[in-house]
Amino acid sequence: MISIRVNGEPLQIAADSTVENLIVQLTLNPKFLAVELNRRVVPRTEHGRTRLAADDQIEIVTLVGGG
Amino acid sequence: MSELDVTPLRLGSHKFASRLIVGTGKYATFELMRECLTISEADVITVAVRRERLVDSAGRSILDFIDLSRYTILPNTAGCFTADDAVRTARLGREILLGLENPGASWVKLEVLADKKTLLPDPVATLEATKQLVSDGFEVLCYTSDDPIMARRLKDAGATSVMPAGSPIGSGQGILNPNNIRICLEYLKEGDPNYPVIVDAGVGTASDVAFAMELGCDGVLLNTAIASAQNPRLMAEAMCLACRAGYLAANSGRIPKRLYATASSPEIGLIAT
Repeated sequence: MISIRVNGEPLQIAADSTVENLIVQLTLNPKFLAVELNRRVVPRTEHGRTRLAADDQIEIVTLVGGG
Repeated sequence: MSELDVTPLRLGSHKFASRLIVGTGKYATFELMRECLTISEADVITVAVRRERLVDSAGRSILDFIDLSRYTILPNTAGCFTADDAVRTARLGREILLGLENPGASWVKLEVLADKKTLLPDPVATLEATKQLVSDGFEVLCYTSDDPIMARRLKDAGATSVMPAGSPIGSGQGILNPNNIRICLEYLKEGDPNYPVIVDAGVGTASDVAFAMELGCDGVLLNTAIASAQNPRLMAEAMCLACRAGYLAANSGRIPKRLYATASSPEIGLIAT
């Protein structure tokens, strides 16, 4: 297992996990979200081949009501 | 339906029938929001980009209540206080909309705020973020104050539209300095009459929208005035009508204001002398 931070919170995830594995582990709908890895957007076409490393900073965002 | 009603609002690569842009925040329920969006007849709706709530993944998404084939989504960078955060937020919003195959993936409503109390924009950071986003291929719709010089700088930096605030966000004070909006319009449209200028923020009621359009603005963006009205459905309809009314009036060549009366009925043929 490795430690990463997702939306500011610490999270344990299996070593060698991809962004796609992370989304599955969190039971999120990938259609409605965007992922940033260490301040760079990971395009959804690359979720399956982008591997996470210890201490990675992940942001997972979605759309909400706003003006 | 007048001939003017079919003149579309052009914003960069986009064309819309409605000149009213409405936000999706602050509604009591998603169902009420959806109904008000429909009543407003808006084609463009704004949304915010926020962290996914990881503890409540069963929660409903606003996207389940928005017809993505009907609306062009305009993601904002609301809540950002630095150019860097605004640029990151814009890129994340684009990534979501690309995945949803919504035409809104091409643009962003840029807000870089300076102060939590007033929610006034930080002009220096807004200009910096505009430059970065334009070079990153975004069509930037830029929330700014009603300062005409800043408006001109933002246009020069490549903003697709400059969107001066009528008054502070959510304040409902309407257009506090119409002369500044007039000067913004004059400067931004000089030699470029089709450059779109949108009043964004401060609208309280229908007459504010009509007034903005009568000043010569190309559109109005509002959220709180509908969402927080006691009857949001009625206000959504009022805003829709006001936007059309103001636009038609602005293009009608209104009469000049005079100090004294001019009779509407003939002065000859009266039975009395």
